[in-house]
Amino acid sequence: MTARIVFTVAALTLQEAARRRVLRSLAVLTITLLALSAWGFSRLDAEFGGLTTGEAKVAASTVLNLVMFGLSLIAALGTAFLAGPTLAGEVESGTALAILARPIRRSAVLLGKWLGLVAFGSGFVALAGLAQFLIVRTTLGYWPPQPAIGLALLAAQTIVLLTLGLLLSTAISPMASGIVAVGLFGATWIAGVIGGVGQALANDSVARVGTISQMLLPTDGLWRGAMHAFQDQTLFTQVGPGFGASPFLSQAPLTTAYLGWAGLWVVLVLVLAGLAFQRRDL
Amino acid sequence: MTGPTARLGASASLDVGAEEQPIADLPPSSAVWCSGLRKRYRRQTAVDGVSFTVGRGEVVGLLGPNGAGKTTVIKILLGLVRPDAGEVLLLGRSARDPQARAGVGYLPELFRYQPWLSAAEVLALHVRLAGVTVPAAERRACLALVGLADRAGDRVGGFSKGMQQRLGLAVALVARPDLVILDEPTSALDPLGRADVRDLLLSLKARQVAVLLNSHLIGEVERVCDRVVILDKGRVAASGTLAELLGRRELRLRLDGVDSAAEERLAAAGAFTRDRDSFVVALPADPDATTVPDLVADLVGLGVRVHAVEPARISLEERLLDILRAGPTEERR
Repeated sequence: MTARIVFTVAALTLQEAARRRVLRSLAVLTITLLALSAWGFSRLDAEFGGLTTGEAKVAASTVLNLVMFGLSLIAALGTAFLAGPTLAGEVESGTALAILARPIRRSAVLLGKWLGLVAFGSGFVALAGLAQFLIVRTTLGYWPPQPAIGLALLAAQTIVLLTLGLLLSTAISPMASGIVAVGLFGATWIAGVIGGVGQALANDSVARVGTISQMLLPTDGLWRGAMHAFQDQTLFTQVGPGFGASPFLSQAPLTTAYLGWAGLWVVLVLVLAGLAFQRRDL
Repeated sequence: MTGPTARLGASASLDVGAEEQPIADLPPSSAVWCSGLRKRYRRQTAVDGVSFTVGRGEVVGLLGPNGAGKTTVIKILLGLVRPDAGEVLLLGRSARDPQARAGVGYLPELFRYQPWLSAAEVLALHVRLAGVTVPAAERRACLALVGLADRAGDRVGGFSKGMQQRLGLAVALVARPDLVILDEPTSALDPLGRADVRDLLLSLKARQVAVLLNSHLIGEVERVCDRVVILDKGRVAASGTLAELLGRRELRLRLDGVDSAAEERLAAAGAFTRDRDSFVVALPADPDATTVPDLVADLVGLGVRVHAVEPARISLEERLLDILRAGPTEERR
């Protein structure tokens, strides 16, 4: 009974994304980015034809990570701005009244929305990411070592952000929840970069900034794990110290403990969103 | 009748107020039963100890001025607003259980439906959420009932306000409800639409579907409702059948040459008011067949010249204004 409601709402959320031009604007943004990157990669090859294989790998890894960051940004923005209106917007407009007066639990509706958004975000990451890999392969002949793991981590990053967006939208207005979610996402990324600088300079207290922010909001941690899966594994020995300071290269793969924490984080935030939504007067 | 009692006993947060009805006297399963509902929004008390019932197949009107708490009461019944205190049973089940709403159709005051879906898709969605199977032909018939048969495939985003309200009525009716709660169902409708809604309400009544109707259109309420509950400042100011509330009759007279003896005779028939030669005498709910002719004969005997005699019923509107002006505490039943 509840599972049927969850899937009905999930399907409705996907239908909304497909029909409300979110999909179209996302597609336009993505295709623009992919086209730009295709042009950039081909120039990279043409202008620096004399690169050694090692140098080419560093360049390809860095630029791939840079473009993937752009994709992750589009996914994050897209889902965060979809997650906000889908709950807070429906409550504000009154659409939620007729739905929630049906014999259904609010938690089932929330879970359905979450599931629909997860499917949407993951689908986008998988498709756009794969297209980007193919572009890099055609232009530079580079194929990331762990493409599936990398894309899964990128999808996980999107899921973390949309879950946060859902929690925020149970409490604040649709636009505000999207802005806050994206703002926190950016702040965590910057904290991660600062932490990386701290590591490179062996300054523990600065490095801790990155670690703590990656615990509070696991988007940046997952992103660094994804980068690690995209870049050539021999890079670290080639580039040497100062590696950690680069925001578009990652030193180490993610630990199982961190992945576990990210999973737990999503569950906790989702439960919190469920409780907040349950208590809300419509 | 142990069900509600047990549930009431189990809820620790329940504030059993003085208005609490004796639970044992209730019919086995009314369409709506609520008791001691209370809700505060910050410093504003929206609902303050509201209790009433809607019997199976009964049409009950919820009346009251703006801000009386009607919509909040409706939202509490449907679990959309959490009451600070009080208990609700819908069709015999505690409203804490979402399944209590399985047989309930609802048209919100703020009606909005997914603009990216077509009217037919909105109905299909609500049927799925209600957990019932309604064949496509019946869903189409439901749209036809509210006059949207030829717009079934159009996106709701392109609908006018009135059409969206018609769609809302179809949504409230599509899952074969035993109880329909309509919050201002005619607010966006033209006179024709209002007449349609009145017919719809009468057909629901004929099919023994219980209806709780919140409407400002008193004439509408008077025509279709069996009973009314009047809310004022979050409290039940009065409630009862139309006969109970409107039972009072009055006699309007235009008289000439009224002296003190004639005034005494008028007062004996009932309390009266005078405006120059116009007199209004309040008669008992069920006046004797001889009351009016006797009064007229006596007045003529006392030398009064009688120009006009007009027996009248008090309209619900006058009665409502009376009750609201008298204040909520004096007129409680």
